Amino acid sequence: MKAAGRLTVRARGLVVGLPFGWLVLFVLLPSLIVFAISLVEPRLGAPPFTPLFSHGSGALPRFDGKLDNYLLIFSDSLYVAAFLSSIRIAVSAALITLVLAYPMAYAIARTGPRWRTPLLMLVVLPFWTSFLIRVYAWTGILNSNGLVNNALRHLGVIAEPLPLLHNEFAVYLGIVYSYLPFMVLPIYAVLERLDWKLLEAAADLGAPPWRAFLRVTLPLSLPGIVAGLLLVFIPAVGEFIIPELLGGPGTLMIGRVLWTEFFSNHDWPLASALAIVLLVLVLTPAIALARVTRRPEDAA
Amino acid sequence: MAADAAAMPAIAVAGVSKRFGEVRAVDSVTLEIARGEFFCLLGASGSGKTTLLRMIAGFEQPDRGRISIDGEDVTAAPPYRRPVNMMFQSYALFPHLTVARNVAFGLEEEGRPKAEIRTRVAAALDLLDMGGLGGRKPHQLSGGQSQRAALARALVKEPKILLLDEPLAALDKRLRERAQGELVALRKRLGITFVMVTHDQEEAMGMASRIALMRDGAVLQVGSPRDLYENPVSRYAAEFFGTANLFEGRVVRVNGPHVSVECDTLGTLQASCAGGVSPGSAAAVMARPEHVTLSRAPAGETNMLPARLDSLSFLGSFYAGEVVLAQGQRVSARLSPAEYAAAGAPNAGEEVSLSFSPQAARVLTR
Amino acid sequence: MRRRSGLAITALAFGYAFLYVPIAILIVYSFNDSRLVTVWSHVSTRWYGELLHNAQIGDAFFLSLRIAAVSASASVMLGTLAALAMRRGRRFAGRSAFEVLVMMPLILPEVLTGLSLLLLFVLLGNFFGWPSERGATTITLAHITFGMAYATIVIRARLSELDPLLEEAAADLGATPVRTFWRVTLPLLMPAVLAAWLLAFTLSLDDVVIASFVTGPGASTLPIVIFSSVRLGVSPQINALATLLVCAVALIVGVATLTLARAKK
Repeated sequence: MKAAGRLTVRARGLVVGLPFGWLVLFVLLPSLIVFAISLVEPRLGAPPFTPLFSHGSGALPRFDGKLDNYLLIFSDSLYVAAFLSSIRIAVSAALITLVLAYPMAYAIARTGPRWRTPLLMLVVLPFWTSFLIRVYAWTGILNSNGLVNNALRHLGVIAEPLPLLHNEFAVYLGIVYSYLPFMVLPIYAVLERLDWKLLEAAADLGAPPWRAFLRVTLPLSLPGIVAGLLLVFIPAVGEFIIPELLGGPGTLMIGRVLWTEFFSNHDWPLASALAIVLLVLVLTPAIALARVTRRPEDAA
Repeated sequence: MAADAAAMPAIAVAGVSKRFGEVRAVDSVTLEIARGEFFCLLGASGSGKTTLLRMIAGFEQPDRGRISIDGEDVTAAPPYRRPVNMMFQSYALFPHLTVARNVAFGLEEEGRPKAEIRTRVAAALDLLDMGGLGGRKPHQLSGGQSQRAALARALVKEPKILLLDEPLAALDKRLRERAQGELVALRKRLGITFVMVTHDQEEAMGMASRIALMRDGAVLQVGSPRDLYENPVSRYAAEFFGTANLFEGRVVRVNGPHVSVECDTLGTLQASCAGGVSPGSAAAVMARPEHVTLSRAPAGETNMLPARLDSLSFLGSFYAGEVVLAQGQRVSARLSPAEYAAAGAPNAGEEVSLSFSPQAARVLTR
Repeated sequence: MRRRSGLAITALAFGYAFLYVPIAILIVYSFNDSRLVTVWSHVSTRWYGELLHNAQIGDAFFLSLRIAAVSASASVMLGTLAALAMRRGRRFAGRSAFEVLVMMPLILPEVLTGLSLLLLFVLLGNFFGWPSERGATTITLAHITFGMAYATIVIRARLSELDPLLEEAAADLGATPVRTFWRVTLPLLMPAVLAAWLLAFTLSLDDVVIASFVTGPGASTLPIVIFSSVRLGVSPQINALATLLVCAVALIVGVATLTLARAKK
């Protein structure tokens, strides 16, 4: 009996300890390292950065961390512009996604229960297929010899190809396209639980359908809308692949700048500092998201 | 030694308390349940009856007190090391296993040989008329069949004690009445101890040999169904078991079991009491509706109250009358057709005399 | 009423067209014989044939498959444990830190996850000599980390729906907590475990950014190869490869969904 009890205790320790240990080693520790590296300077060699501590004059190691990288980020117009345009693009793309997703979610929620599951499946299915390939698919369509330009030229609408690819428009398109399911699902989840009798009650009280929608449906679906906006904003603001494949040379996004600093300029400390600022940028909406999507059982 | 074991209670609960945060779910409960009893824990929701049952099963640990099963202290034992089995309210049949595999589950955990498991599962299913349904999955069963499957799964382990958590709550009314009789018969046949939790007073009275009435985590009264109905210890207990007409007043005289209670405008009422009543204390005289008689003309002098018959309905086997006393109190009466005829067949709105016998009326001080 | 359903159908038709037409075009053009991807000549499977003989893509494909299978399996194991710790375990010290850490990989931008894991591997390599070089192993470790986060969410959702009475019933019938897990909890979690595995597998098979950071010389996964190719423009071989990948995923997800739906009945 004692032995079995001890086994259970050990099993319980394993259940918590193994995933917890993994997360500490591969999530918490790396994040702290990024912060540490963001305080040092690049140099030639391996590793390509100066140590955080050095042998000082005394017995204690000397702390060599500086905030120079952060000062650079906030004073150099390139980095400031990159952050601002990342936020602008992510916010606008999230709003465009909302406009497209809300009617879809609404329509799915109002179909018969029989059709809901397959319709929802169809929204989720693209999410399972390669993100990279889905973004790539647009390059073939928006290209200057792409399908759209060829078709328009064929019809005689245009003489010169329209610049559809490698600009901000294409980046918006890519984000909306890639993250549409993230917006449809939370809105659908809220609308599905909505009691449609409320709309009948609103009609009974004299509200025409559009007023009933504005005064009843929309306010009640607000948690889904907020969750959807955050779910699109958070990955979009740090996006790399979409601006890289669809954006132009002038499309500044922070993920792309970080990539360049790291892979082209080999400035690991500056890339780390950019990563930390980016982290701060997603943390606020992430906390908001946790609040919005908190389930009642978790609150207890 | 054998005689000792037979005398030992099947379950002894000694001073058990359990808190959930600020709520005292179970508050120093002491109970003994004898072998072969059909014992019922009865109470409204939140009375602590389910928590007490779950502590006997081992799903909750008491904060204080001890629980023994067959003389062995099991307070700290996990559920899988207790000689009791539970039938859950929602049945908790494993949805991924067939009925037969559900029933076999406990025997497999005991490490019984395959052949023995097969025989015992078949026997348990036969016992509950589930012989042909062993291959079904739980979602293919009706409510009644699920209930039997859950019973078979608990009984196949031949537990000394079967715990039943609202075993009939999920059945519809018609099935429930049949299942009541079946559970009672089953307990007789197997001779083991049943401990049932229910909030349904009629169910408890119809099935249990003894009932513990619980309120706010404490046991108010333990006794046979008849005892609880006829001699409730408090106003709450009286009203929990059917309708009770209560006349509030003050005890003026105690003479053995005979007690006189002065009720302001109603005068002095006579009732009986087992003891523990002293003159001067506040008390209520309780009369059940079937003990209340009506008549057109005043007859006799004890417990005679002038009243008006407010409403009367004929419910097949009896008449239900609502009577209003002079000071406005309402009293329920229940008359057989013969009693109604003897009362002179009064109609609603007529003045009547109401009376009840002192032997049937009880004095309640709590 | 009629007008409203017309609007609904329009919204759905437009939405689904937006989601599926680009993929459909990609598939159609993969059968275009012309080297100029956007100029249609005639139907052929020429690029599929060339794809089969492309050793670089072949190697990358098998490397990715191996990484995805290993990391998905480990993700699901860790995710199951994490879900159990959060839903069934008792309160433990640092539980809220645990809940935050589990969700972190879902929130962190990929560039940050990739950079942070690379720095971890570099420092570990410097101090402990392990990992001595970056490649398939470091990619697998990185993929387990974010796969685990997704697996935890999927499995935890299912675990929340599970009636805890079923586990109590097993204990009542004599099963110890460990036996209860194997005989009751895990079988009932199986649909979620399979879904989580599939999700972790496809996410691993799809990752470019994190893999680009943590990989080393010689270990190019399929997405890295595709990415470096499409950065230069549209390529007919990539069209063929994309078509194969999309069809394979659609097939697997479709079959899995149907199987799970049938198992539920």
